[in-house]
Amino acid sequence: MNRVKTKLFPQWLIHLAALTPLLWLAGVFLIDGWGINPIQYLEKRSGDYALVLLLASLACTPLRFITNSARFTQFRKPLGLYAFAYAALHLLLFVGLDYGFTWDEIIPLVLNKTYLWFGLAAFVLLLLLAVTSTQGWQRRLKKNWQRLHTLVYLTGGLVVLHFALSIKGNIFKLSGEVFWPLISMIVLSILLLIRLKPIRSALRRLHR
Amino acid sequence: MKPDDLHKEITPEKLYFSRRKFLALVGTVGLSAALVACGITTTPDTGTASTGSLVTDTPVPDILTPLDTITHYNNFYEFSTDKGSVADLAVNYKTEPWTLEIAGLVEHPGKISVSDLMKTYPAEERIYRLRCVEGWSMVIPWNGFALHKLLSDVGVKDSAKYVKFTGPDDPANLPGQNSAFYTWPYTEGLRLDEANHDLTILATGLYGKILPPQDGAPIRLVVPWKYGFKSIKSIVKIELVADQPPTFWNLLAPDEYGFYSNVNPNVPHPRWSQATERRIGELKRRQTYIFNGYGEQVAYLYDGMDLVKNY
Ligand code: HEM
Repeated sequence: MNRVKTKLFPQWLIHLAALTPLLWLAGVFLIDGWGINPIQYLEKRSGDYALVLLLASLACTPLRFITNSARFTQFRKPLGLYAFAYAALHLLLFVGLDYGFTWDEIIPLVLNKTYLWFGLAAFVLLLLLAVTSTQGWQRRLKKNWQRLHTLVYLTGGLVVLHFALSIKGNIFKLSGEVFWPLISMIVLSILLLIRLKPIRSALRRLHR
Repeated sequence: MKPDDLHKEITPEKLYFSRRKFLALVGTVGLSAALVACGITTTPDTGTASTGSLVTDTPVPDILTPLDTITHYNNFYEFSTDKGSVADLAVNYKTEPWTLEIAGLVEHPGKISVSDLMKTYPAEERIYRLRCVEGWSMVIPWNGFALHKLLSDVGVKDSAKYVKFTGPDDPANLPGQNSAFYTWPYTEGLRLDEANHDLTILATGLYGKILPPQDGAPIRLVVPWKYGFKSIKSIVKIELVADQPPTFWNLLAPDEYGFYSNVNPNVPHPRWSQATERRIGELKRRQTYIFNGYGEQVAYLYDGMDLVKNY
């Protein structure tokens, strides 16, 4: 598989990149203690990092098409797992730090807010994908493993919707704080479109 | 009830005592370091704020939010959507001289400079809770005067039913106004009886000092029983009108931000919990009270109205 060896992106760089946000958070803490409303700050940042890492994971296959280097395929799984880790942190901050594990408030809250349904659905899918990401599960599920893991596309869509609906304003009318949700929607769309047959074979022809 | 009865005198000693007690409490919690770093230790500048009047108590004591916190956590989209950046971006914003236009259905329309306004209507201190629609709150010692004083002096005509407020339209100096995703300038509105209520003030100061630009200098509205966004900042025009005026957030997302926008834990918001709130600087959420705890004073304004429909 890994015929084209590029030294450009050693594996440790991925771990470093994925852990940099934690260093960044530590730095910001030393400077201003995460601002005036630290809980909301952490909640938002952890969500951002989870989304970015998920998009990075989804970018691996398109990068393989574009560069014709199988190397990128190896980054797909660690990036996906890091996305799950930040999403778990995000959820823990919401449930524990923000709402102090007051389940009688959290459960109705999650049921009442559309954007939290999408967040929850995305988290459940990420959990499922993370658990079944091992070689053992890959062997056990055989062909179905591939099929199961196409759910990551759906997960990307759910997260972007969660984000787009979590802002003040209206994404459908392009009014309010829609800039970053819009950017993430566009990036996700590009990453998914590149996978379509015609675009894929066009890219393959380029490399011949 | 006479307006004077509304103000429950509260001595600063009591205030600062409860604040110290609160700090001791926070100190025992693991996250204290983060909270200390987020401004809680900043001693509020008491300035002339010697006799505070805290309008109505909630069961959990209300403690003044430090000045540094109030001036560094601002929802002021004319500058930025990032609450932490507004103070820096607004530092050079020119708010002096500033004229306020009074227009519409009044006997004496015209323009008044804010410095003249401040001479005509001496500032009194009003300590109010501020509840943001995003689910956080503060306790702020404003300096200002009741809007009804100005309204009665300019002579409101009988045909006027609403008051419309307009903010500045100045994209050259307000970077956020270059975003096409919003309908500038900021506009807000109140029903005439809401505007005439004694709790409704035009604020020109904070902690006994002149209002800093990030908090809406030189003159802003404060309506403590409504979500914070109703309290429009840096007002350039007050207009008496016959019909309900359009308002900034209502134009952006009408199903989320109603014209009334009274604080109401029973009207859910699609994003935030309105049942509870985070008092800035505290770890545990607090219960949110209907009309932000000012129901005794203002509930009569809405007698017979369906507050869920008229959110
Ligand atoms: C049950 C699961 C989840 C819950 C309860 C949840 C909760 C929240 C909440 C409360 C916010 C709004 C924060 C605020 O505006 O103050 C938010 C925003 C966000 N969440 Fe989640 N979330 C969940 C799952 C996820 C997942 C799985 C991802 C990504 C993989 C994610 C990514 C984001 C992003 C990107 C934002 C926007 C942050 C910003 O405004 O910059 N969330 N989430």
